[in-house]
Amino acid sequence: MKSQSIGQLALAAAAVAYLIGVYFASSPVWMGFTINALIIAVVAMSWNITGGFGGLSSFGHAALYGTGAYASAILQVKYGVNAWVGFAAGILAGAAMGAFIGALAFRYGLRGSYFALVTLAFAEVLRICASSFEFTGGGSGLQLKLAPGLANLQFADRTVVYTALLVVVAVVMILTALIKYSRFGAYLIAVRENEDAARALGIDTYRIKVQAMAISGAFGGLAGVLYLQLWLFIDSTVVYGSAISVEALIGPIIGGAGTVWGPLLGTLGLHLLGEGAKHLLPNAPGLNFVLYAVVLICALRFLPQGLVGLAGKFGAFTKKKEAEDA
Amino acid sequence: MSSLIFPAVLSGLMMGAVYALVALGLTLIYGVLHIINFAHGSLLMLALYAVYFLWYHLGIDPYLAIPIVLPAFFALGYALQRGLIAPMSSGSEQNVLLITLAISMIIDNLALYFWTSNTRTADIAYAYDTVEILGAFLPLGRVIAFCAAIAVAPLLWCFMAYTKTGSAIRAVAIEKRGAELVGIDVNHTYAICFGIGTACVALAACLLLPTFYITPQVGYTFVLVAFTTVVLGGMGSLPGALIAGLLLGVIESLCGLFLGESLGQIGIFLAFILILLFKPSGLLGRAR
Amino acid sequence: MLEVRNLSKSFGGLKAVTDASLDVQEGSIVGLLGPNGAGKTTCFTMIAGFTKADEGSVRFKGQDITGLPPHRICALGMIRTFQIVQPFAGLTVQENIAVGAYLHHHNRNEAMSVARDVGKRLGMGAMLDRPASSLTIAGRKRLELARALATGSKLLLLDEVMAGLIPSEITEIVGIIRQIRDEGHTFLMIEHVMQAVMSLAETAYVLNQGKMIAHGPPRELVRDPSVVEAYLGHGAAARLQEENHA
Repeated sequence: MKSQSIGQLALAAAAVAYLIGVYFASSPVWMGFTINALIIAVVAMSWNITGGFGGLSSFGHAALYGTGAYASAILQVKYGVNAWVGFAAGILAGAAMGAFIGALAFRYGLRGSYFALVTLAFAEVLRICASSFEFTGGGSGLQLKLAPGLANLQFADRTVVYTALLVVVAVVMILTALIKYSRFGAYLIAVRENEDAARALGIDTYRIKVQAMAISGAFGGLAGVLYLQLWLFIDSTVVYGSAISVEALIGPIIGGAGTVWGPLLGTLGLHLLGEGAKHLLPNAPGLNFVLYAVVLICALRFLPQGLVGLAGKFGAFTKKKEAEDA
Repeated sequence: MSSLIFPAVLSGLMMGAVYALVALGLTLIYGVLHIINFAHGSLLMLALYAVYFLWYHLGIDPYLAIPIVLPAFFALGYALQRGLIAPMSSGSEQNVLLITLAISMIIDNLALYFWTSNTRTADIAYAYDTVEILGAFLPLGRVIAFCAAIAVAPLLWCFMAYTKTGSAIRAVAIEKRGAELVGIDVNHTYAICFGIGTACVALAACLLLPTFYITPQVGYTFVLVAFTTVVLGGMGSLPGALIAGLLLGVIESLCGLFLGESLGQIGIFLAFILILLFKPSGLLGRAR
Repeated sequence: MLEVRNLSKSFGGLKAVTDASLDVQEGSIVGLLGPNGAGKTTCFTMIAGFTKADEGSVRFKGQDITGLPPHRICALGMIRTFQIVQPFAGLTVQENIAVGAYLHHHNRNEAMSVARDVGKRLGMGAMLDRPASSLTIAGRKRLELARALATGSKLLLLDEVMAGLIPSEITEIVGIIRQIRDEGHTFLMIEHVMQAVMSLAETAYVLNQGKMIAHGPPRELVRDPSVVEAYLGHGAAARLQEENHA
């Protein structure tokens, strides 16, 4: 819906204020934490394309994230390819994996439980493969050579990394907004709401869904490459593990699935909550996931449209009134 | 090599029976509620710990723990569905999926917190006594697990076919609204189903513990195989799950033999993808 | 414009449609009548490409379209609506109509302006910015029609577009359909509301137990004994006649 409310603007403003505030906090811990959250936010935005707009809930977005990271890492480590080329290749590989999974899954019109299972299975197959073959570094993973510099896409200065990530996040959000207000976006939403009606209206629903998976794959692959360039190390559990798949879906659902700001807001909110919990109970690894799960359950029950939907109820200045008067 | 194949097939069948038992619970829940229970593996892990602690602290033999653990987990499953999943999901299928996922995250991470990631095993000496079957030597514990798991499938089938509760479950599975109209308490029936599904996992835990290890991640290994089993067997089909479980056990065992231990599970997932490509309705499933 | 020849379809052992044929001339309004379960909607789903027919052929504007997927058929200019109307709930009324308009207008502004025009023509000008989920049944039926029109289709297959409406709403929608026809569109409509069929359709086909049992002008059809029996049961025509004589 095109109408925005004061509540939503305030929410977006708060997020922006926080992201700018990180510059002035002069705390490397804080900045490092936000950097991690932003990478996850990109995966969340990737999930949002299929899960949010298309109503196709994937439980295995790690398949896309990991494929992007591995494609770039293999090219760089095994073939000495430049990091920028690896970057582009990672995005393309993610898109190709997305299209491939989509093409297989949608051939039989898989939805709901089935689609969730298939995506999960793909992520698992890839995880086991990546940990078993020498080509992918096996159990010990792949390590990039430390060589800071713009040419190698490695930055020693955290502030530069952070700024670059903010730019990437902004670009992905702008692309999301463009998709939302395009023919493709309208078709995707139509597919989510009622696939039969969409087909009747001349929409090739299979194609739309596969395209959505490809775009989602490109974003997911992008996130994977970002992670690689930041940590210079990946292994199968880190990039293909189920934790990524879970984080990919939980942020958008809490923030507001099918909205431009939802994935960012949800992911930031959750990570802040998790970080806060870590300070209260320092020796409890995994506690953040327990918290996420509780928040998820509550959000499903009480915030069906996520934070964005909730904020939309405050100070709405829609055209509704005029329309009723007319 | 060929002398190794027969024992590998047999030991695959032993493991496959347990896969089938875990999958029976999952497929029952799918068949009636039309959702995949992502917490299934976590509940198995929880049951394994329950059986382990009963043995460790109270010295109760895992097999004798069945009458304690089975009803307890039935009640747990019933309560989860009735008290948490149903009220929090607002009736949407996707929400149910996500809630079961959330439940599994909670159980897994709490287990990690309280019981750490250490691997534990119960030392039950007689479980490793070997039994000779057609020239192959198999641990007694696995043979018991096989026999018990195989026995459960027909029992469950008879329960569904011949008891009043069973017919109520079948009625709800086919036509929820209609069942409601003839006076069946749908919420109660859903919860019973969830309870039985969870009880299957508890039984599997009792059978597994003597010859298996436990960690907070152990459920994950099983649940993925169980998902595959359910899809291969045809979502919702009890006999399908039994056959598919046995088949996957053998596939895993043979892949492990030929490709190496760590790749054993690859065979299972490849099978999964092949099924999706060529026969998404599974072995015994109806067309969706 | 539309030639349907010998369509058959069975589900398992049940023959839903047997050997059904019909013709629709350009610029006409043709009714498809029949009691519940006669196979009308099954006919529609086959014509529009949603299910594959076991036998038979469908020609549209002289072109064989048998077995084409729905989106291809829609691109050629034929569209079906659904008996149970479900707007795309997350979108406004205008955006809903635009989903149809996007078929031939890839640009958002163009599609939205086409959507506005179509919406206004169907008397939905005041509701364009409302969420589609807030519409009443009558509003949803109009939206369904508007969405279909926005695709630029010339032949519209309407599945019970008047079911669930009150008489005054029916009068309105009858007027709208007539107006759209006069703008150069053709209709094939499944309808239960006899009053509407009588006033709109020039010709009608009657389907019973999957077979075409009669066709002709609606006023003649209602006097056809086989049609009366199809609706009211075996022997009904004779009883009615007796009552009339008594």
